Amino acid sequence: MTPPLLQLSDIHKSFGAIKALRGAQLELRAGEIHALMGENGAGKSTLMNIIDGILQPSSGEIRIDGQRVQIDGPATAQRLGIGLVHQEIALCADISVAENIFMARTAQTKRPLMDSADLVARARAVLAPLAEIDPRLPAGRLSISQQQLVEIAKALTLDCRILILDEPTAALTELEAQKLFTILRGLAARGIGIIYISHRMAEIFANCDRVTVMRDGQHIRTDEVADLTPSDVVNAMVGRKLDTLYPPKMNGERGAEILRVQGLTDRRYQDVSFTLHKGEILGIGGLIGAGRSEIARGVTRLEGAAKGRVWLNGQEVVLRDYADCIARGIVYLSEDRKGDGIFLDMPIAANVSALNLRQVAGRFGVIDSGAETAQAQSIGETLRLKAGSMGHRVASLSGGNQQKVALAKLLAVKPRVIFLDEPTRGVDVGAKAEIHAILRGLAESGVGIAVISSEMPELIGLCDRVMVVSEGRLTGELSGPDITEAKIMTLAAPGALAASRNQN
Amino acid sequence: METQRQTFLSRLFGARETGLVLIILALFLIMTFASPHFLTWTNMRAMTMAFSVEAIVVVGMTILLISGGIDLSVGSVTALAMVVAGLLFLNGMDPWLASLIAILVCAGVGAIMGFFVTYVGLHHFIVSLAAMVIARGLCLLGTGGRPLGLFELPENFKWIGIGSIGVIPVAIIIFVLFVAVFDFLLRRTTAFRLVYYTGSNEKAAAYSGIRTKRVIFLTTVLCSTLCGVAGIIYMARFGSAQPTFGVGMELNVIAAAVIGGASLSGGKGTILGAILGAILLSLVSSSLALLNVSVYWQDIIRGSILLAAVTFDHYLVKRQAMGGRA
Repeated sequence: MTPPLLQLSDIHKSFGAIKALRGAQLELRAGEIHALMGENGAGKSTLMNIIDGILQPSSGEIRIDGQRVQIDGPATAQRLGIGLVHQEIALCADISVAENIFMARTAQTKRPLMDSADLVARARAVLAPLAEIDPRLPAGRLSISQQQLVEIAKALTLDCRILILDEPTAALTELEAQKLFTILRGLAARGIGIIYISHRMAEIFANCDRVTVMRDGQHIRTDEVADLTPSDVVNAMVGRKLDTLYPPKMNGERGAEILRVQGLTDRRYQDVSFTLHKGEILGIGGLIGAGRSEIARGVTRLEGAAKGRVWLNGQEVVLRDYADCIARGIVYLSEDRKGDGIFLDMPIAANVSALNLRQVAGRFGVIDSGAETAQAQSIGETLRLKAGSMGHRVASLSGGNQQKVALAKLLAVKPRVIFLDEPTRGVDVGAKAEIHAILRGLAESGVGIAVISSEMPELIGLCDRVMVVSEGRLTGELSGPDITEAKIMTLAAPGALAASRNQN
Repeated sequence: METQRQTFLSRLFGARETGLVLIILALFLIMTFASPHFLTWTNMRAMTMAFSVEAIVVVGMTILLISGGIDLSVGSVTALAMVVAGLLFLNGMDPWLASLIAILVCAGVGAIMGFFVTYVGLHHFIVSLAAMVIARGLCLLGTGGRPLGLFELPENFKWIGIGSIGVIPVAIIIFVLFVAVFDFLLRRTTAFRLVYYTGSNEKAAAYSGIRTKRVIFLTTVLCSTLCGVAGIIYMARFGSAQPTFGVGMELNVIAAAVIGGASLSGGKGTILGAILGAILLSLVSSSLALLNVSVYWQDIIRGSILLAAVTFDHYLVKRQAMGGRA
């Protein structure tokens, strides 16, 4: 029997007193797509960094084709045929997409001059099956999803036998993710072993061959995907039984209208009208770039200069800037948590108080640090935030807990309307379910909730009503049993508006 | 109870200020034994006087660094305050009124820089580099390049530069007041917390409803205004206005703030830390002078201290990031 392509056994890794890995193992066969799952903090990324030579294991054994190897750095990993697509996007914003894709090769080449025409042509060939991206554009001009696709393209150009993708679809739409899997299937058919990390259950079950589940730095189980159900995987990940992934939907009639937006128009979207109601969660679906985030940022005055009318609790309001929105209780949770959602280097308490410092300040604007800590503590408790102390920097938390801090920051001003842009991106299953339950609770307590999501199951599982945006226009609204993947995709597809008009 | 004490102790020892105090104390001890002239009232007084005025500029620079900005023009703007006040005084104006106008002129320079940074969208570095050269040019133009002798300055005005209350020089009292007030403001007030938010992540601050342009504009104005205040105290001390004063001051001031924990990428730093940084640099200079080390060596040693502090910081942050992410 041929030995597995890659075998890691009994890997341990400690950072000081913290044991990140305690007996992790993984076996990757040539030609398979192997899903690696686990909650944030389970040690997946640490294990991948060990395979890529960025970190050295404290103990344990790595074998490639049955030969014991020592991977002392990313250069060695590359020589051994290992390619890793990191979770974080790391492109040079000012240089072209083509130069980004071939950065590694440029570093190694002996040729003194760059041949940009050749680079562009080759970049176009790599990108073509993934997406329509002009390789001459500077990478910084692309949307997050396009940047993610460029990161993937970058790894595809490396001549590797072992390809690791760490949450590559976190920023992608379903359609883009499907294209990616078509490519991965092709690579696997050529004998490449692929390790695939993701929190998206559906795509794992549709596309992967085997799955390994990790928890607390340990190996829990490895099985053929065909022999498992999603709830088996979730139970193995969290170590306890989660009955349902999503909270129950609204029962009965929706309550009074909280927010009404009419005729919202700006450069990126036209004539958008919708309402939010008590007890109801509104989903906003559509492809990335369709204008969903822009609409939410237009209402909240964070971006652009949208024209249109807004009513809050039946009264028309004029919103001049975001500070004005916060004062009226209309807030926005950013899709880019690290970029503009939180202050990574600052304490948790200072993050939570950021929207309205006056709440924790006494006379003359002197901050009462006791009140600030208490505020963070009490909101943190309702969100089940896991943190040692409210004085710790947010950077020290896991992704799920960082997201809870971002949410706590908004809840601190007791908002009446919250727009949440990808509220569970990069968040593990356990924290995800908790965030969904919190949103349901807020809706029931009378806060208007609108959720923008690229994750189909989230829209379908969480929302009571979904409005779909395509090319800057509302193409339809679905509610109850009508919220299905097929119907959302039909409305989201470019040209959906014209199609629906032709039918009428 | 136990855990509380632990966090207090670990916070105390974790704090950068503690480390600086220890280093300063160690240097103090060494110098006391190394030189008989060190631990004398005259030397202590001279040493404190030497950095007390510059420390006011350090305060302004630290706040600006926290907001994510930087100001290379501090030396020229300090000189500009002297020259403007000196010229007005020589033309018969009351020195106090002349000083007030000079400080307002400095604030105006800050406002112009702030305008270019926030509303035009240029980088602080370039804008303040231009301001540095222009302000120096104005100083030289106004004085013909020669110092203005201000022998007629009334005693009550010179008092802020050379007088004392009891045995303590007024300049030192002013310095302590500025440091105490601004340290408190920065640690505790909402207005200055906005400076930290803006410097830590400008976009996240904007997404928290903070008017970040206004914050950056005002910190730029504040830094220049404090340069004006420093310039007036220098003028009262020297009894003259020197158009070439403060060349290279910006490097000293930035170094002090960075040694004290400020970061050029913003969001970090305290007034206390920056002042300790200034004390350390000043202590090293005067120690080297007392030990008869060549002036040329002093710059080399100060530069090395700066490099060591930043390197140390870099590893500290890296270690925290590794340990904290489990």
